[in-house]
Amino acid sequence: MSGYAGKRIVVAMSGGVDSSVTAALLKEQGAEVIGMTMQIWDYSAYAENHPDACGSCCSPDDVHDARRVAEGLAIPFYVVNFEDAFQREVIDRFRADYLAGRTPNPCVLCNQILKFELLLRRARELNADYLATGHYARIDGEGDRLALRRGLDENKDQSYFLFPMTREQLPLVLFPLGTMTKAEVRTHAVRCGLRVAEKAESQDICFVPDGDYVRFLEEHEDLSHLGGDIVHVDGTIVGRHNGFYRYTIGQRKGLGISWREPLHVIGIDAARCRVIVGERRYLDTMACTVDRVNWLIDVPQKTLSCTCQIRYRHAGVEAELIPLDDGKVKVHFAVAQQGVTPGQAAVFYADDRVLGGGWIA
Amino acid sequence: MRQIYLDNNATTRVRPEVLEAILPFYKEQFGNPSSVHWAGRAVTGAIEKAREQVAALINCSPAEIVFTSCGSEGDNMALKGTMEALQNKGDHIITTTVEHPAVLETCGYLEKAGYAVTYLPVDADGMLNLADLEAAITDRTVLISVMWANNETGNLYPIAEIGKIARKHGIRFHSDAVQAVGKVPVDVQTANVDLLVISGHKLGAPKGVGAIYIRRGTKLTPFMHGGHQERHRRAGTHNVAGIVGLGLACELAGKEIDLVWGRVKELRDRLEQGIFDNVSEIKLNGHPTERLPNTLNVSFAYIEGEGILLNLDMLGIAASSGSACTSGSLEPSHVLGAMCVEVSLAHSSTRFSLGTDTTPEDIDYVIEKLPPVIQRLRDMSPLYNCGHTDRCETCSVLTK
Repeated sequence: MSGYAGKRIVVAMSGGVDSSVTAALLKEQGAEVIGMTMQIWDYSAYAENHPDACGSCCSPDDVHDARRVAEGLAIPFYVVNFEDAFQREVIDRFRADYLAGRTPNPCVLCNQILKFELLLRRARELNADYLATGHYARIDGEGDRLALRRGLDENKDQSYFLFPMTREQLPLVLFPLGTMTKAEVRTHAVRCGLRVAEKAESQDICFVPDGDYVRFLEEHEDLSHLGGDIVHVDGTIVGRHNGFYRYTIGQRKGLGISWREPLHVIGIDAARCRVIVGERRYLDTMACTVDRVNWLIDVPQKTLSCTCQIRYRHAGVEAELIPLDDGKVKVHFAVAQQGVTPGQAAVFYADDRVLGGGWIA
Repeated sequence: MRQIYLDNNATTRVRPEVLEAILPFYKEQFGNPSSVHWAGRAVTGAIEKAREQVAALINCSPAEIVFTSCGSEGDNMALKGTMEALQNKGDHIITTTVEHPAVLETCGYLEKAGYAVTYLPVDADGMLNLADLEAAITDRTVLISVMWANNETGNLYPIAEIGKIARKHGIRFHSDAVQAVGKVPVDVQTANVDLLVISGHKLGAPKGVGAIYIRRGTKLTPFMHGGHQERHRRAGTHNVAGIVGLGLACELAGKEIDLVWGRVKELRDRLEQGIFDNVSEIKLNGHPTERLPNTLNVSFAYIEGEGILLNLDMLGIAASSGSACTSGSLEPSHVLGAMCVEVSLAHSSTRFSLGTDTTPEDIDYVIEKLPPVIQRLRDMSPLYNCGHTDRCETCSVLTK
């Protein structure tokens, strides 16, 4: 990292180790660092019903931690309120996706709308030169040829979540941890005396701290009308389910069906409230359509080869991309893929560079 | 960096004289005033002196003052204590849509417990129509609760007239006067109030102390049970230092009310004029004249209050976007909502509340620094650039 003396940098602080180290390192390099934490979820309302729920990513405890870290670093610290946008852009869409038979990825939306639109705007309003986050990803290159790349720590790489970033945003954003391993980050945390050095990773979806998204959906509204048939691909009705949103592509357990071979969920037909099941071979998919594609390179006019990653912990597969109209792309996998799930993101890489990505239709 | 504090409706600096006066009560005068021995006796007198000082400021008898921990406690005590004490007489409260959360949330709690509450609306200036009040009164009404001055807009309500109406109907009258006491003359006799709530830290006393005026003969079920302090009306060991501070702050405020607040009003008007002269497309929230002398609440079209506050803070200027108790919450101010201020304008509201220590230089600094901040934020605002004000596709992120 080069020095940032004289630069004003807003750091998105979540109260965790990564963003705390990000702030500490930038301060060490002479930047004028301002900490900001997004308040995105009204925990007071949630806590009334869930007294034991102590959140993961932006809970009151984390706001407290972020504030204390900022105090320790002697930097200004602000809590900005994005509850409204979070509800509309992340939670409402999370629900809508499930109720349309898709399996959503709310973290991508949170990054896209909350961090790199709203928080970046707050940073710009404060005359900041950059917004920095603790993501494990890299931005390099010159001028308007900047490239978004995977973080060097293979286990932590978070570039998958960042594909909706725009080329206008890249020059305004810093990922100081992109060249480090998690172990190095923890070492820095200890060296800088950060109180959160030992803090555990956050894992769950922050607004579903117990991981029980079915309960989360059902608490909000009566979904009992979304029950229906479980249907084999050959058309045989093989069972009943009480809510198709409870099922995910690839799922085998919990179907409650006796059949010659193990059955998996291979599709969800929300319009007819049907869960489609079939033998394992039916999960094999050679192609899919990806829509709302965002490109971090010039929009390709012809077929393009890449490595395609179809979920966060997916190793990636060689694929051919055929640009279609309306921002869509047809993806042909070189090898059959299982668990190609509508609602998840498909992200296109060339080596470690993010070329673009979109949403599996 | 220069520090300019214009958030005195949130809290005030402890006055130096007050700090000086309370320090002995953290040192040699440490006794519990309820003790009979020398250590207790040494502080009992101090508490009674403070009671006289508070009583003098609002023109009541010292015996009618009960010390509390804060304004919210006073409001809770007044509302819950009244409804319980008068449950054989009725079950209906009349209040307003613009009260502090300490009143509104307590009313909400009482509604859940089975009481009926009428919330009087306000007009675009935030003022009440007293005909609405008369119309709301039923034979079940036992309490009217109207704030003396609004914390967000500074609006002053016609307490004496409301008191007359309450008296005429034999209804108890409570006023949350947290923002008024020390800033404008408050006289419980001419105002006909039965219960009146004061908070220490709004007028130069420390946080953690308040008082409630309970008119002699007013039956109130205790809220805090325990020892016999405050004649069984409020249990709990006295916050001796806080009470001493509140007493002195009240005495000082009484002496200065015309002089200092005339000067503060001049500075407030200078700020208001300076902002209106230098920034276009803005709106004053609140009544143009029937307002606390220290409060100015302005909305700046196209931008969000949060952005304004952060930028002002970076310049050393402390202001607020409404009540400190609701900052960080999603909803635009309920007060501006009740005044039917457009949502996007309500989101951009900024409150400046001056103090006795505000100087002309402070005001000129704000008048110099604020307009470029507003312009820069507007230049970045999708709302400003697309030329729409509400419900626009381009700027849907910012509007509802």
